Amino acid sequence: MSAVPIGIVRFPGTNCDQDVFDAVSATAGARAVWLWHKRTGLEGVRGIVLAGGFSYGDYLRAGAIARFSPIMERVIEFARSGGPVLGICNGFQILTEAGLLPGALMRNARLTFVCREQWLRVDSVETLFTRHFRLGQRVRFTVAHGEGNYVADESTLDRLEGEGRVVFRYVDEEGAVTPASNPNGSARDIAGIVSEGGNVLGLMPHPDRAMSLLLGSEDGRGVFRGLVEAAA
Amino acid sequence: MFIQLKDGMLDPQGKTLEHALGALGYQAVDDVRVGKWITFQVTGEDRKAIERKVDEMCQRLLANTVIERYSFEIAEDET
Repeated sequence: MSAVPIGIVRFPGTNCDQDVFDAVSATAGARAVWLWHKRTGLEGVRGIVLAGGFSYGDYLRAGAIARFSPIMERVIEFARSGGPVLGICNGFQILTEAGLLPGALMRNARLTFVCREQWLRVDSVETLFTRHFRLGQRVRFTVAHGEGNYVADESTLDRLEGEGRVVFRYVDEEGAVTPASNPNGSARDIAGIVSEGGNVLGLMPHPDRAMSLLLGSEDGRGVFRGLVEAAA
Repeated sequence: MFIQLKDGMLDPQGKTLEHALGALGYQAVDDVRVGKWITFQVTGEDRKAIERKVDEMCQRLLANTVIERYSFEIAEDET
């Protein structure tokens, strides 16, 4: 079987593209493919990752300009037709700006840029990205963002919870939700959500920085495995 | 055009300024909110059509209506 091509979109200011490239390359059966933001074709990729960074310098709002890059039209079509799309950090911000995921990411409630190891709890394993995790499993990814405060109106939050679309929550080491475990003030401690169809995942923490025990955690591997298997 | 976080949305930047103003002795200051002010020139004759266009720009790009509200003013320049 030939390797499944997974596209990694590069906008001006994307800076986790190489981490994601390495994470995809380290996943069995996958081949990483660069997708420059000005491209109007997807090069036949079967899955797409929007990597972290500061696309367009976060001008206006994080993700607001990237969302109108030529390639995003194709990414939106791809997502709407059920293709697996993973948005990490700035990628999550772009997905909300593009309307592929509900809500918005605002300035962290405590104003500081947070950069730390962060425990998360997997609150949904019914998604293609988390099928390799156990429900309630604690995983450790890195967070590094200034605008990760997830907001949505109450009815949207209720719906996300009711439909099992809150995939990751910020917790402490024991798996408990506490004021201190939430790094940015996110509503209901939400760290990551999936689209209605379940094929688009956006999360602020970085599974791409949790690929090796040598660097503290390899909990991110399951996310990439799920993505690649869904794309195959 | 003027963009501001909707009422009730936490504005940490505004809060910080409020504290800083308080530290400077301006204790009466309350509820500081920080917004964006964007100006540009647009060419056209039909005011209504321009208003529609500007509103569309706000909706599509300049404001994120999930968290922000906006308003705008159009001033005519005959030159």
